[in-house]
Amino acid sequence: MNSRMRNTVQGYLFISPVVLGLLIFTIGPMLTSFYMSFTKFPLLRAPEWIGLRNYIVMFTSDKNFWQACKVTLIYAGTSVPLGLVGAFVLALLLNQRVKGIAFFRTSFYMPAIVPAIASLILWGWLMNRDYGLINAILVRLGFSKFSFFAEPETALASMVMMSLWGVGAGMIIYLAGLQGIPESLYEAGKLDGANELQLFRNITIPMMTPTIFFNLVMGMIAASQTFMNAFVLTSGGPLKSTYFYNLMLYERAFNWTQMGMASAMAWFLLFVVLVLTLLVFRSSALWVFYEAEVK
Amino acid sequence: MVSEQEVYRGILDLDWRRRPKDSYRILFIYLIMIVSAVVFLLPLFWMVTTSLKTQAEVYVFPPTFFPETFRWQNFPEGWTYESMQWTRWLVNTLTITTAVMVGTLISATLCGYGFARISFPGRDVWFIMVLASIMLPSTVTLIPLFVGFHRVGWLDTFLPLTVPAFFGGGAFNIFLMRQFFKGIPIELEEAALIDGAGRLRILWQIFVPLSGPVIATTSVFTFQAVWNDYFGPLIFLTSQENYTLALGITFFKGLYNTQIPYMMAMSFLMVIPMIIVFFFAQKLMIRGVILSGIKA
Repeated sequence: MNSRMRNTVQGYLFISPVVLGLLIFTIGPMLTSFYMSFTKFPLLRAPEWIGLRNYIVMFTSDKNFWQACKVTLIYAGTSVPLGLVGAFVLALLLNQRVKGIAFFRTSFYMPAIVPAIASLILWGWLMNRDYGLINAILVRLGFSKFSFFAEPETALASMVMMSLWGVGAGMIIYLAGLQGIPESLYEAGKLDGANELQLFRNITIPMMTPTIFFNLVMGMIAASQTFMNAFVLTSGGPLKSTYFYNLMLYERAFNWTQMGMASAMAWFLLFVVLVLTLLVFRSSALWVFYEAEVK
Repeated sequence: MVSEQEVYRGILDLDWRRRPKDSYRILFIYLIMIVSAVVFLLPLFWMVTTSLKTQAEVYVFPPTFFPETFRWQNFPEGWTYESMQWTRWLVNTLTITTAVMVGTLISATLCGYGFARISFPGRDVWFIMVLASIMLPSTVTLIPLFVGFHRVGWLDTFLPLTVPAFFGGGAFNIFLMRQFFKGIPIELEEAALIDGAGRLRILWQIFVPLSGPVIATTSVFTFQAVWNDYFGPLIFLTSQENYTLALGITFFKGLYNTQIPYMMAMSFLMVIPMIIVFFFAQKLMIRGVILSGIKA
């Protein structure tokens, strides 16, 4: 056996866990799920081919479907950019290097390590309409009580607010990005007489665009799959105002055992995520700056 | 480009190379940071203070800032409250965590080495597929997996939560291992190969001993992920005695929604290990977060 052959055999042996894993737990199930999306499949009986009917029902006669799309889109479209700005601003503050930064860095990051379920339980209580801390503060400041999760108008917005508590991880990533900008660039800028705002606009922001871009994509993908918030806190209510896409999918699959319909929903989500990701990637040529291009 | 080392030093050890001199500006920065720190820490404080109040004191408006008397009994009482099986759920969570960590470390090390150090046709395609799987919404595979696990009788066991970890250990971990192994000098390996050492022995005797940092990062991340996982247990575990802590808390909430102090006490207990890990492995955690965000 020559060394090329040996490398091939050994290489595949080493990566065999993930190759098998991808086949058994990812690619296989993906294809099966695609097939299932064209069937009626109540779990205990075999799947029955019904062509496009799941998709047709989903798009035309199920009002909840578009509500779920709308809720998820609004949530992703607000919580991701707000979280991005919040994380970026905190990173900029920490990057100023005044004394005591270690304390502030730890405080801002702390909420990000709280298990999601614990943080939901906590926020449900903080935002309690009658006894919650936030309303106590609002009343103290002379405002009236806010309904938070109790009213359809405010429930989703409350979830967006809640999500901002966990921007710590993003903040660390941006902080790393900021630290990665060579000091020499700023020095050169200063020599050319640029003021601080110009330095920020023409050095900091362009140098940070790859990081921003990556976090935008990953953030959107994660936000499109929001589930726990609604499942634990509101069950999708009031009046379906927090009826997230994945909550609907979960209900279809595990409360109603409509496995076919749930698979169709999963594939539509994958399709939308792919399209959005492609669009963002396309647009990236316009605004993302990669160092290598200049050299 | 600034080296990785310098980036960490900048974040963790704080050199003062660009310390602002203008004192108004420093004051302004402090002001914003102090307000933000309060906003970020107050909820956690509230979790602790609520967990120490009496049931009656919780339902007072406006709420008291500190408990009238610190009711430490809330913790043991909440732990054994009615039909709650917290000890059992803790053992379950730890069992799953251990199994997943073992599986992840073994298989991510093997795969990471294969991707980093052996060149063979098809390697890059597989690696791209591994990376692409990070972006895949989990629901696309959820239903066939559920049906499959149902068929083989694995539902309501820990197997659906643990066995997949032995098959790759997660794309992100493979990525971390690969990046790390790529940085190990090739001379070490070539000398061993010439001496006739097998690849597995090289991995075990040369690479693993050098890989302390990446193994620790992977362990911390895996521990965090399993400890926090909610969706997996929710789908695959059904009977109460098989619950994990995360499921236990929701179960508690479903039954005793008004037992706020107990609920906060149990939630806080779930946070404590994370805080401990954070303070002991802060650098590793931050390192992992950074790698997840800028290297891909």
